[in-house]
Amino acid sequence: MATRVGSTRPAKKQGISRGGPKVPGPNGKGPRGNGSRGEEDDGGSRRLSPKAYRLAMWIVLAAVVMMFAALSSVYIILSASNDWQPVSLPRMFFFSTGAILASSWTLHNARSSLKGGRPKRYRQWLAATLVLGLAFVASQLLAWRELVAEGLYLSSNPHSSFFYLFTGIHGVHLLGGIVGLLYLLFRFRKPERWLDPEGLDVSSGAVALYWHAMDVLWIWLFLLLLVWR
Amino acid sequence: MAGETHEAVHRHEPPKSFIRKYIFSLDHKVIGIQYIILALVAVLVGMTMSLLMRLNLSWPGTNWPILGTLFPGGAPDGMMTPEFYLSLVTMHGTIMVFFVLTTAPQGGFGNYFLPIQIGAEDMAFPVLNMLSFWVTFVGFIVILSAIFYSGAESTVGPIGGWTGYAPLSALKNAGPGQGLGMDLWIISIAIFCVGSLLGALNFITTLLNMRTRGMSLMRMPLTCWAWFTTAVLALLSFPVLLGAGILLFLDRNAGTSFFIPGGLYVTGLLSGVDDRFPLHTGGSPILWQHLFWFFGHPEVYIAILPGMGATSHILATFARKPVFGYRAMVFAIFAIGLLGFFVWGHHMFISGMSPYSAMTFSILTLSIGVPSAVKTFNWLGTLWGGRIRFTTAMLFAIGFVSLFVAGGITGLVLGQTSLDLPMHDTYFVTAHFHLVMGVASIFGMFAATYFWFPKMFGRFMSESLGKVHFWITFIGVYLIFVPMHTMGMVGMPRRFAQFTEYEFLSSLHPLVMLVSVAAIVTILVQILFYFNLVWSIFKGQKAPDNPWDATTLEWTTASPPPHDNFAGHLPVVYRGPYEFAVPGAPNDFVMQTEPEVVEQPIAVEGEGTSGNGDEGRKH
Repeated sequence: MATRVGSTRPAKKQGISRGGPKVPGPNGKGPRGNGSRGEEDDGGSRRLSPKAYRLAMWIVLAAVVMMFAALSSVYIILSASNDWQPVSLPRMFFFSTGAILASSWTLHNARSSLKGGRPKRYRQWLAATLVLGLAFVASQLLAWRELVAEGLYLSSNPHSSFFYLFTGIHGVHLLGGIVGLLYLLFRFRKPERWLDPEGLDVSSGAVALYWHAMDVLWIWLFLLLLVWR
Repeated sequence: MAGETHEAVHRHEPPKSFIRKYIFSLDHKVIGIQYIILALVAVLVGMTMSLLMRLNLSWPGTNWPILGTLFPGGAPDGMMTPEFYLSLVTMHGTIMVFFVLTTAPQGGFGNYFLPIQIGAEDMAFPVLNMLSFWVTFVGFIVILSAIFYSGAESTVGPIGGWTGYAPLSALKNAGPGQGLGMDLWIISIAIFCVGSLLGALNFITTLLNMRTRGMSLMRMPLTCWAWFTTAVLALLSFPVLLGAGILLFLDRNAGTSFFIPGGLYVTGLLSGVDDRFPLHTGGSPILWQHLFWFFGHPEVYIAILPGMGATSHILATFARKPVFGYRAMVFAIFAIGLLGFFVWGHHMFISGMSPYSAMTFSILTLSIGVPSAVKTFNWLGTLWGGRIRFTTAMLFAIGFVSLFVAGGITGLVLGQTSLDLPMHDTYFVTAHFHLVMGVASIFGMFAATYFWFPKMFGRFMSESLGKVHFWITFIGVYLIFVPMHTMGMVGMPRRFAQFTEYEFLSSLHPLVMLVSVAAIVTILVQILFYFNLVWSIFKGQKAPDNPWDATTLEWTTASPPPHDNFAGHLPVVYRGPYEFAVPGAPNDFVMQTEPEVVEQPIAVEGEGTSGNGDEGRKH
């Protein structure tokens, strides 16, 4: 027991090239880091815990929220200017709101199906979410057409600028969510991935978090454009 | 026991191909060095620009034939035009703040040492890490292209300063350099924001998830706390700049009016009357200032916090004493970071804000003096009674404290509205922020370079060259920036290309000359640093694994560390990061990997100075 671990370890035989501690660290075993990965570590993959991906998604969302907080402040401040001409909301926006709310519901159902072990259902709800997401994007483009038909362009007046700005930047972020949904659907096609339910849960959880956040963000922007004129 | 000792060791071998190993590398150490090289190149560009500015200020009207050849538009017959000078100011500031002070401390040293110091094999998301560097690199290329693509317009970039105030920045016809040059400037900054956000995401996730066993938050070196806080600041402030940049870009290129008020009359054109200047109404130029400084003030701390972390780390190591008040240091870092988000208004006292908001901003600003003083006194407390080893790294760390105090004191002056109103836009401000955020941060990085160079390259930097470098630079920067305070108090305005027209400033000319001579000498001595850096990589004296008798995890591994940092054996941490001068210990320091309970004498012969000799034992 009292011998030094380092002296009995065959580490030096393993062709360690330049570098490597002369005295190996006191342990080379057990869960490495704070992650939950233990002995089954295959050494080739990252040793991030599933929680890390969720955390990373929250961090991304913090950045997104800061950006929209800045843009919202600009909106609120400019709305006090004398040149502010309120524009009425395109009616398509109400459809958009319905679509994105419904998509959050279907995505929630997809996650429940996954947890309940019903992969087929999971895929169906996921596809429904994707369709609703695309419908949201389409409705936003139709709303732009509505504005154009009224003669309101990006540069027409401060309020109309924000319609394009908010929908544009939110839309770009939402496209990120759509890429995430496509990734989940694509990943499902590979049966060996399906055998890794934990991994599937992690990735779908991160995508769902992002998607719901985009939903909440849209509601905020929608209310801002609707109420704060 | 036997089974455990034969457990497989997972070495992650480095990729074989040159491109994967050195160019598009996923190794945080290579990426860190890439960031440092980027900063070393960028700082040369920025320094050259400051040299040109000094030439113009001290010897106004002189013909510099080389300038005339290089920039026939900006310096016809070798004489700088005022616009050319203004574009130098802008590009010097932009390149220094973004591509030097933000990249080297965080992207460079943070990337290299944060994973090693917390006992991780790499960053949490290596691919994102690689992307963050290459995105930043593209941003740098774009800002460099602004130098050349504004050339036809007789400048080397936009002329509005690194703050890009609207409406000057929002109108393409507002002046030379404000056309394509300004567009490139915005694009470059936007790209830089994305790169920094990717980096911040990685830093935060890595620190929270990848710490090795036993590395509790309060056992982390103060450097890690500094990098973590910096990453949080970057995460929350860069999106605001990115949003503002998008709005500014739309104002310029899509005809919107976020920052452009109605009824503007610029360069002989009234808004809306001529096709060349379309109608703009309803924007607010002050809004840009709010958004910019909401980012800009945290950015100041992004530049200096890593320097504070490195200074704490190095002072403790070379004073052979634990950091005085570790907990207080951690909370002071947080307090500085947090307060940094509520003081942006002190950059805008003269923008016509309500005296009540000005007072609020002023009180909040002055309150930053409290955590800053906590840090300063703790640094002094760390030094007090220590057995100080005056290595070059230590000299630069002490220099950091000196510069931080000298530059910070004038922050208390400028933080008060009544004093800021007359001082604003004078050389007093220039002197203040150059000392505290520019030079102090750079001194932190010099200290870090001399300190960690043996770990990064397995060789020492030359100490004698280093000491020459330190003393000339240290005296030089004081000679440059202390007279600037005087100039500012007399009323010399910033950003003016020359002062020959101003009778009341003529008495300052000897001081201007002194500053320029000091600047030229200080810049020249940096060549010595570059030489030392390159020469030592190949010819420096070989360094052992733990040359400074330090305690943290980076010193338990080889110099330079292997591809996976710890050769497959992740260290376990048993104690805090600064256990120096421990009574009863065989050396005057105890490594973090040393178990708490030692039942028998530690046998370390033949094991170098890694101080890491006993069987791993939990406590």
